[in-house]
Amino acid sequence: MGKKGKKLKNEDSIAVNLVSRQKLDEFTADEKIKFILKEVQNGKVLVLEHGLTALEQSDLIEKTMKEIKQDTFIGIEMEGYGEEKPSFFKKILGVIQKPRMTVIGPAHLLKTINKDNNMIETKIIPGKGG
Amino acid sequence: MGLFRRRSLKSFLRRIFGKKQAKIGIYGPPNVGKTTLANRILQDWTGEQMGSVSEVPHETRMAAWENDVKIENNGSSLYMDIVDTPGISTKVDFKEFINKFKMDKDEAKQRAKEATEGVIESIRSLDDVDGILLVMDSTRDPFTQVNVTILGNLEARNLPVLIAANKIDQKTSSPATLKAAFPQHPVVPISALTGYNSDDLYSHMITHFGKKKSRKKRR
Repeated sequence: MGKKGKKLKNEDSIAVNLVSRQKLDEFTADEKIKFILKEVQNGKVLVLEHGLTALEQSDLIEKTMKEIKQDTFIGIEMEGYGEEKPSFFKKILGVIQKPRMTVIGPAHLLKTINKDNNMIETKIIPGKGG
Repeated sequence: MGLFRRRSLKSFLRRIFGKKQAKIGIYGPPNVGKTTLANRILQDWTGEQMGSVSEVPHETRMAAWENDVKIENNGSSLYMDIVDTPGISTKVDFKEFINKFKMDKDEAKQRAKEATEGVIESIRSLDDVDGILLVMDSTRDPFTQVNVTILGNLEARNLPVLIAANKIDQKTSSPATLKAAFPQHPVVPISALTGYNSDDLYSHMITHFGKKKSRKKRR
């Protein structure tokens, strides 16, 4: 996050918040999207214990587009893993698979470096992401 | 009434008499060659053009429709209404247009504003199509969130999807990587620019989109 040996000033620091599945489960789909968008617009990077479903993701993209203000908010960076394939028994029992961990942040800060099946590698680069 | 308002008499009669007709959307992230592919399909079957192409992202900022396009392959045919959609992305930065493509500030801001509206239109139009031709750039990493989000949406809606692994004319292309990344969907390598392997694409489109499938409503 800063050049080697150069400390970030307090006002330059970036919050990275881990949001529990319990908190996410309390929200309706709309409330969840509003919460995420508000936090990201405030410059926070969120790591969601339960990610978003594909329909929630497209809803988030749509609402993000409406909120873009060209000099202050250019959109979001979002990476996560989808639902795991349910096992035979889980299918029979009707267990709903939730999407796995997702990281979301403002596109001007958060930059995805690499993503594969095991790791999502991101960097927070103030003023240089996106 | 809505049915009669939205469809031409010709296409309605086709449905009555059992000929296949489908609304096919061409989707994907910006700059993967959606409009180039739409132009290729139209050139091959109607002799027309869908839209202009550019190396600058978000060249297509409004969905464009072409109705009643008939494609044929090995004695089978499919009538389609084709929509070429704006690229879907999670961010639009006007400074990218200035810094990378030397646009002036006002032009870049206008393009960015229209691009955001285009993304919204693309997402909303998913509710109005019967099948998706998802275009991916076979020279790039397939695991982008936009690709995953679009595919997840189509699976949730139970929409048939055919992945066009585009740009195989380029040396760095790797359609095999796309096939490995999305084994649950048919992947057809193609060069929309040169037309290479387009017959294979048309064959897949007829068999894949010709089937009737019940779709799920959004949410």
